[in-house]
Parts: sequence; structure tokens; C-alpha cells
Amino acid sequence: MRYSIFSLVREALADHRGWPQAWASPEPKKTYDVIIVGGGGHGLASAYYLAKNHGIRNVAVLEKGWIGGGNTGRNTTIVRSNYMLDANAHFYEWSLKLWHELSADLNYNVMFSPRGVINLAHTESQRDAYFRRGNAMRLNGIDAEWLTREEVRRMVPLLDVSDRARFPILGGLIQRRGGTARHDAVAWGYARAASNLGVDIIQNCEVTGFAIKGNRVTAVETSRGTIEAAKVGVAVAGNSGRVAAMAGLTLPIESHVLQAFVSEPLKPMLDTVVTYGQGHCYISQSDKGELVMGGDLDFYPSYAQKGNLPILEDAIVGGLQMFPMLSRVRMLRHWAGIMDMTLDGSPIIAKTPLDNFYLNGGWCYGGFKATPGSGWVFAHTIAHDAPHALNRDFTLERFDEGRVLDEKGAGPVPQWH
Amino acid sequence: MLLFTCPFCGPRDQSEFTYGREVAPIPALDAPRADWERYVFRRDNPRGAHREWWHHNHGCRQWLVITRDTATHAVLSVEAAKGTA
Repeated sequence: MRYSIFSLVREALADHRGWPQAWASPEPKKTYDVIIVGGGGHGLASAYYLAKNHGIRNVAVLEKGWIGGGNTGRNTTIVRSNYMLDANAHFYEWSLKLWHELSADLNYNVMFSPRGVINLAHTESQRDAYFRRGNAMRLNGIDAEWLTREEVRRMVPLLDVSDRARFPILGGLIQRRGGTARHDAVAWGYARAASNLGVDIIQNCEVTGFAIKGNRVTAVETSRGTIEAAKVGVAVAGNSGRVAAMAGLTLPIESHVLQAFVSEPLKPMLDTVVTYGQGHCYISQSDKGELVMGGDLDFYPSYAQKGNLPILEDAIVGGLQMFPMLSRVRMLRHWAGIMDMTLDGSPIIAKTPLDNFYLNGGWCYGGFKATPGSGWVFAHTIAHDAPHALNRDFTLERFDEGRVLDEKGAGPVPQWH
Repeated sequence: MLLFTCPFCGPRDQSEFTYGREVAPIPALDAPRADWERYVFRRDNPRGAHREWWHHNHGCRQWLVITRDTATHAVLSVEAAKGTA
């Protein structure tokens, strides 16, 4: 059923009893043209674009849990493309363009809200670094704008822009086309749209191994039996290392835990996204009124989807230095997700040493905003057995060839990116 | 908060320590390039027991080898790092 005002009215008059399931839950077939391992946003988007852009519809998405239960539902929902290096800038900008059309394309409201993302600067050197980043973005055709302290104050009146602040604000770099989206809706929307095009979405189906003959993967072993595939794509960021190890690959990735949390619902107080420049805290307000906040990694490898309190305290301190009026607000929920931290801070969307085995991972902090673009170029890479122009630099070999994409210049230390 | 029992200082909060990297043999200076690529850019990254170098930088400033379970955060052992590189 196509969602529209007419279907809504029709169902309202029928007590909403006629809505079909958003996507089908078939039994796995014996063989597929393409199997995507991982039913998060990236895997579902990849399957959707395989069917839509490349006409490959005999596709299965295997998800070990349920749709929307992994990292897709564990981020802070921020979407932006404020990158400096060309490869990252062009890729994330294409993703941002897809975000702007996504609800109409999927016929599913992902509640994308281009409310702007402001990075605050507190020192002159930081301001210069943002000028440089903003200029690099504009040279790549991406919007970036410097806001003075007064302009920041007008946009975010509750922010402490006074000279009494612990780190007074000089101004900020804003990307107005950035914003937020409803993260569960992104997974559900892609699942529904892919299912409508004939993709099989198979939940509660954990991959336990790969059957490999020569240099090819011939089948995927799962908790629901062995499934043959002509091509296999892996989109399981957080657990990429574990799945790749089943195929005999060791990746330039370390898994880390990243926490996020929301406050109790408040009246509307913040209609943009603000990131702190003298600590690590990013904050926005959801449509329910909750303040959504996140901070740093816990800085040690972890597969536990839970974090520890020192980092939570650190993020909250940053939030309070920006918004002292929040000091008595109570926190409502708190969660954590597992990040694939690469050795240069940029993703991997590439062919692997195996002929028909493709990898999409290494998303570091940046996976959610990349979802549409990631699916777009991963589908292209699988369909053509060759990368798209937008992901040809995101290879596995770049680390050994001296072509790392180190946006921050932090060096080969995963937790510093 | 994780609690690490430093062999030199006794039980201390994790926030006194800084994670270094997973323990792996450091190649010789004249080792083949592939060995160095493996050491610098690849990680075993297991779910489960993981041997890690940590620095007690807000304590005795010694390097330690801590074995942790990355799935549960259980601390399995803490030893001096001397001789492990």
C-alpha cells in the first residue's frame, strides 16, 4: 500500500485495521544473487539501491536480531557533510543530497529536518581551523557559513555566550543543510521500500560462517541454515572484524563503544544542532522534546552495548558549560552502540581479497548520516564488481599504500579519530 | 567504572589509565614492510578475552598488560608490561 493522505483518511475511517505489514518476512530461499549480511540502515539501503538502481532483486538481507535494533537505533540522529578531505566531502555531500529527497523516494516519512549544525569555536586557533574547514567545504560546493558570537546568540538564545562562560564562545561554523532525522524510520523506510521491490528481509538469522571455495564465497552459513549466494556484501559496522574473520580477513578496525543519552522532555528550546568546541558534547532536541546528547568514545575496545559513567559525566559537563540552565534537568534514557573505528577515521566500502565478497564498514562516528550514500555506492560496487567514483578511495588497501584518509591528522590510533 | 588492580599501586579507577593498543609483537626495524603494515594497521579485535597495553599515566606511569573481556568488560588480569613488547 502506498502511504498518502488518501490512505490515511481511508484507514482512519476503517479504525486503522487495514494497514498491511510494512515489509514481508519470508523464509530464506536456497540461493540468491546477492546476500547482504546486516539489516541495519546501510544493509537495507544497499539492498534497496541494488533493486532500484541496478535491477538486482533476488537479494536477501540477513539480520541477526530485528530491524532497527542495532546501531541504526543507537546514534544521535545527526546528519551533516562538513568534511575537509575531497573523498569524504564528495561522498557525504552526495549522501546529504539523498537525505533531502529520502522521504519522497521511500514513500516513508524519515522526519528529516535540515535544522542546521553549528560547531562552536572558543579560541582564535579553533576559529582559524573552522575558517579553513569552511573554505574547503565551499570549494567543494558544500554550504558552510561563519557565525559571529552575536549571530550564534540570536539562533540559540539559551546558549551561554557571555564572557563569564568557562570557555567564552567566539562564534561558530554552521552547515544549514545539515540536521537530524528519525533513525528508526530510516531503517523501517528502507526495509519497506526494499521489500516492495522483492528483497527478502530475514530477521533472527545470524551468520555463523562462510563456505569458501578457491577465492570465492559460495554460501553463507546461518542460524537458519546454509544459503547460497553469487555475491556477498557485509554491512555490519561494529562487528565488521568478527564477520570478516569468518572469511579469513583481518581488518584495520577496532571496535569501540560510544554512548548517548536523552533528557526528560522539555518545551521547545533548541531548534538546531550544537556541538561544543572545548570538550565533546553534541546536543539537539527531538520532536518529543527530549534533549539528545552524545560525547566521546569510552576510549577502550568494547563489544558491550553499554558504557561507563566517567565519559557520561564528561559529556554532561560540556553540555552544562554550553547550557547552564540545564543543570537540574533529569536524564531519561542512556544507551551505547559499537563503532567500527578504522585506523584513519574514514570508512571502508570496497572489494576484498576474495572475488565476490564486499565490505561496507569502518564508519567510526559517522555511520548514520552516511546511510543513503553508503547504500548507493555499495550497491554500485556489488553490482559492477567495481567501486563507484564516490567510494573508490575508501579501499582496504589504502592503509598499506600510504593513501590514508585521516581527516584529523590523528595518526594510526583508532580511538583518536 | 572499571577497576584495575595495578601491580605497583593497587586498585585504581580506569580513568587513571590510558588505553594504548592491543598487544602484538613489535617487528624488528629491518623486518619486511608487510610485517610493519600488519603491526600498525591491522587489529585482531576479538569479542572476548583481549590482551591490551595500558599506561597508568595518572599513577605510577608504568605500562601494563591488561587482559579484559571486551564483551562483558570483566578484567581478567593486570600485569607489568616489561618484557611483553
